[in-house]
Amino acid sequence: MIRKALWLSATSAFLTLFTIGGHAEDRVVNVYNWSDYIDSSIIEDFTKKTGIKVVYDTFDSNEILETKLLAGGSGYDVVVPSANFLARQIQAGVFQKLDKSKLPNISNMWDVISDRTAKYDPGNEYSVNYMWGTVGLGYNVKKVQAALGTDKIDSWDVFFNPATLAKLKDCGVYVLDSPADIIPAALKYLGLDPNSTSPDDIAKAEEALLKVRPYVRKFHSSEYINALANGDICLAVGWSGDVFQARNRAQEAKQGVEIGYSVPKEGAQMWFDQMAIPADAQHVAEAHEFINYLMTPEVIAKSSNYVLYANGNKASQQFVDKALLEDTSVYPDEETTKKLYTVQPYDPKTQRVITRTWTKIVTGQ
Amino acid sequence: MTNIAAAASPSAETAAALPTRLAKGFVGRLVIIIPYLWLLFFFLVPFIIVFKISLSQTAISMPPYTPVLDFSEGVSGFFAGFSALNFDNYTWLTQDALYFNAYVTSLIIAAISTLLTLIVGYPIAYGMARAPATVRPTLLMLVILPFWTSFLIRVYAWIGILKPEGLLNQVLLSLHLISQPLVILNTYTAIFIGIVYSYLPFMVLPLYSSLEKMDYSLIEAAQDLGCPPIGAFWKITFPLSLPGVIAGCLLVFIPAVGEFVIPDLLGGSQTLMIGKTLWNEFFANRDWPVSSAVAVILLLVLTVPIMFFQQAQARAQEQGK
Repeated sequence: MIRKALWLSATSAFLTLFTIGGHAEDRVVNVYNWSDYIDSSIIEDFTKKTGIKVVYDTFDSNEILETKLLAGGSGYDVVVPSANFLARQIQAGVFQKLDKSKLPNISNMWDVISDRTAKYDPGNEYSVNYMWGTVGLGYNVKKVQAALGTDKIDSWDVFFNPATLAKLKDCGVYVLDSPADIIPAALKYLGLDPNSTSPDDIAKAEEALLKVRPYVRKFHSSEYINALANGDICLAVGWSGDVFQARNRAQEAKQGVEIGYSVPKEGAQMWFDQMAIPADAQHVAEAHEFINYLMTPEVIAKSSNYVLYANGNKASQQFVDKALLEDTSVYPDEETTKKLYTVQPYDPKTQRVITRTWTKIVTGQ
Repeated sequence: MTNIAAAASPSAETAAALPTRLAKGFVGRLVIIIPYLWLLFFFLVPFIIVFKISLSQTAISMPPYTPVLDFSEGVSGFFAGFSALNFDNYTWLTQDALYFNAYVTSLIIAAISTLLTLIVGYPIAYGMARAPATVRPTLLMLVILPFWTSFLIRVYAWIGILKPEGLLNQVLLSLHLISQPLVILNTYTAIFIGIVYSYLPFMVLPLYSSLEKMDYSLIEAAQDLGCPPIGAFWKITFPLSLPGVIAGCLLVFIPAVGEFVIPDLLGGSQTLMIGKTLWNEFFANRDWPVSSAVAVILLLVLTVPIMFFQQAQARAQEQGK
């Protein structure tokens, strides 16, 4: 009897498998995006509108995404790498060209942003912008006020000047563990070309960073969100959106922690997260529909209002919350925008020099 | 191998027993083959793939190294790719002291942590083994219980305990034992705490199983004959528990050498361990060949001494007989 029951359940399990297989003909799109990076109601609305089921998966570092893409057969139809990673991935043959005829909403895009992303993806043939932001200074307003006697930070000097940073050492300084973001900032502060690959310039950046190294508590690319929000540290060199997340968490926690973000006046690096379709994607038509939907002004504005990043969609700006649109740390004014710079991906040889320099800065070896 | 096969075949052979004998021989072989197949597929094959990549060169392509060996260009293409393999990546590892230092730091950190885990784990295992038989299952359960929570979350919890405004400092401050918060997080001390905490069950369980089997009348005999308790421990208990000590130490030491998560979350940025170096090569430099070479060397560093150790032990055992 038991054996018969087992057989029955095995058969029914088998049948279920088959029925699921049948449903696979339903339209699906597999999306791989950064964690905490979309208002989930957007995905529900998309499914309601088009009948395409969205399988949404998230990552938290470009390196993880890149490794999956380079290994091939990732199974994703839409991925969102940062532009400097995207540039190299295009060279490696990871992506397919977008079919612009299927993307009518592309006319909504903002030339200020697409001109810059074209440096990574010539002609924007492989990608469209999702969100963009800056690398700047996140800080605990009260603690900085206590240590420095000012509650307004507007210059890289606060980080690269050893005398100033020494005053912040005790309340805690975190820095992104990302040489491609910090070394260009050091070059910019020194008045050099942030895109420089000359070993002499990199050595100068190393020297500047080694001078402030004793005052940095930790190099890490995500811990600073919590550390800022909890009031454990007073300064973080980090990505704009992460700092805004920390600011929101601090507000929700109501522990009196107030977080500020500043785009340094010397200029800051811009980063862009770009939507692209892998060459081996299974659902190309659905992927285009999904990307096109995210270029609808109301939709992408909703996403910006939720994740607090600026997007590269000009037409969406009338739908973006006024407070966000007028916040110059999110949508910098024209003068600041002129000083923002982009950094090209390094060739493998320079990459090795950069990583080695970084290891020396971080570990002292 | 032959011993087991011989043991499986019956000594008295009759025509009627022949099918059974064949079946038994087959089953006997199968029993041996399965673990070998397991090792072949889940250890040797992945190792050969990693070793092959370590002989390749990095490239901007999918996958990010060259040459890729495949038969699509015929046998000659396969061999052309084969001849392009070389040991350059291993030479590279010797040219920068970084790699050597990372290996040495990892081995030292793992060794110290293993010793600390042993010191903490031995009394626990001893207490468990001497506890009344009715309580032992509960105690065992308590040792295994932490595994029911994600490892990552447990390590994260230590951040909350060890940070300057954390639980530990607040307790110590409120008891007036210290006047300044202790800086523990982001130091080597925090790494040791993390490793000892995470790997303690791997030490306690083998120790417990060897201590539990021990015959305690031996201790009584020693004490009857006038040996003080400490002497009895070092002369009888500890030597008898040695297999458990060795198993526990290996179970802690080997994963601790390659540990990545604990130093990343609890350690400071200055900690240079081989896990992080490997991560850097693989993810930051996108250099799969060099990171594979780092991994192959790590494997050699770990397995070769262990093999020698086992050989020496086997020899010692035979001499003992």
